[in-house]
Amino acid sequence: MLTKRLIACFDIVNGMVTKAVRFQDNIRVAPAGELANTMYEEQIDELIFYDITASAEKRSIDIKTVKDVAGRVFIPFTVGGGLKDLDDMYEALKAGAEKVSVDSMAVRNPQIIADGAKAFGSQCVVLSTQVKRTAGMPSGYEVYIDGARTATGMDAVEWIKRGQDLGAGEVCLNSIDNDGTLGGYDIELMKLAGSAVSLPLIASGGAGKPEHLKTVFTETETQAAIISSMLYSPRMERNYPVRELKEYLAENGVNVRPMREG
Amino acid sequence: MTKIAVIDYKAGNAPSVMHAVSRLKHEAVFARAPEDISGATHIILPGVGSAGATMQSLGEMGMIPALEEAVLRGKTPFLGICVGLQVLFDHSDEDDVDCLGWLGGRVVKFDGSKVRVPQMGWNQVKFTQKAHVNTQEDYFYFVNSYHAKPEDESVVWGRADYNGAFTAAVHKDNIYATQFHAEKSGEAGLALLNGFLNLKGGA
Repeated sequence: MLTKRLIACFDIVNGMVTKAVRFQDNIRVAPAGELANTMYEEQIDELIFYDITASAEKRSIDIKTVKDVAGRVFIPFTVGGGLKDLDDMYEALKAGAEKVSVDSMAVRNPQIIADGAKAFGSQCVVLSTQVKRTAGMPSGYEVYIDGARTATGMDAVEWIKRGQDLGAGEVCLNSIDNDGTLGGYDIELMKLAGSAVSLPLIASGGAGKPEHLKTVFTETETQAAIISSMLYSPRMERNYPVRELKEYLAENGVNVRPMREG
Repeated sequence: MTKIAVIDYKAGNAPSVMHAVSRLKHEAVFARAPEDISGATHIILPGVGSAGATMQSLGEMGMIPALEEAVLRGKTPFLGICVGLQVLFDHSDEDDVDCLGWLGGRVVKFDGSKVRVPQMGWNQVKFTQKAHVNTQEDYFYFVNSYHAKPEDESVVWGRADYNGAFTAAVHKDNIYATQFHAEKSGEAGLALLNGFLNLKGGA
């Protein structure tokens, strides 16, 4: 049976993993390669890497750091940030990433989803989107871009449906409201998304306790959950080793990849 | 002296395979033309993307006759990964394309009304056949919308469950192939890959 995935997410600035609250106030945590090693050894299921300043600085993704991380982890590895066309995507894949994530760029140019899916396969293209509860939107959620700074007027559920039609292989929903709050994932959002699209869904934003993972996996169709603060944020009272999270989830009836001993 | 050739085409994820091979302290070369696989002791065909695109790339590279010479006649150990497994069969429903036909059977799509497609994530594989590459039941990483239905069940090497049992790995003679990404399946995947690389080479 397919297991639920725990994904460590790295927000990268100049090769360093940083941690923000509600997309702001980033503090440095560790060099990306070093933390990637730790996460791999802890048997995280997957890794996502966002070059969070690439778009704003109008440059493509930090290939050197992508390569460094790719050479250290032998698990699926997604990268995003500043990928504006097929050439950028190809560079990232050539550097050893498995999947590319498109977000603000896809809102500006939705065709990039279709082009990427056609060139590299749907499974390679993750549509990531930042959404915020907004009254007046049909689904109650609006798409934001540029590090949650710019509202687009687009309905979040309509957008992910369109992304699915364009050929995305996976959808990652980042809740702006819940990000960094440690109060849990946006369950309502994941329920809405689960009935709107048939693609695998990743929940992001809000995880602070193991219970939050249990809730999102048992109450919604979410297949993967992004965790970052819980794993490594120095702002947390304590961090959680992957083993503890997996054992907790398994005890609570969530099917996860068990720890491999020895 | 081993010479490991990893077939590199634009849609494939040859770099990830290279990273894994390096981690196992083996050296490999990217094969982009037929002459690059001549003298290879081990050949790996990685795959992401579609069956149609993969067949087209292999055709454009002029790789198919060279592969058939090395693998079918020369008996060089061969490992296909993901789409690299699917193209070994007669036909794929993805792009409705004829494939290499080294193994009899078709490649069909998962039922999207029953399960989320693509299957994306770690699934448990039970190996059903003894092979020279040692394996044990473990979790491996899958990304696939299609899966193979071999005519001859005896080529099935391993199975996993996604809305019913499906072919997770096949093996026949010197041909090995995994539907999962061995290069992205953590230590379980590296162990399998290592077993393949330690097979006595052909050529």
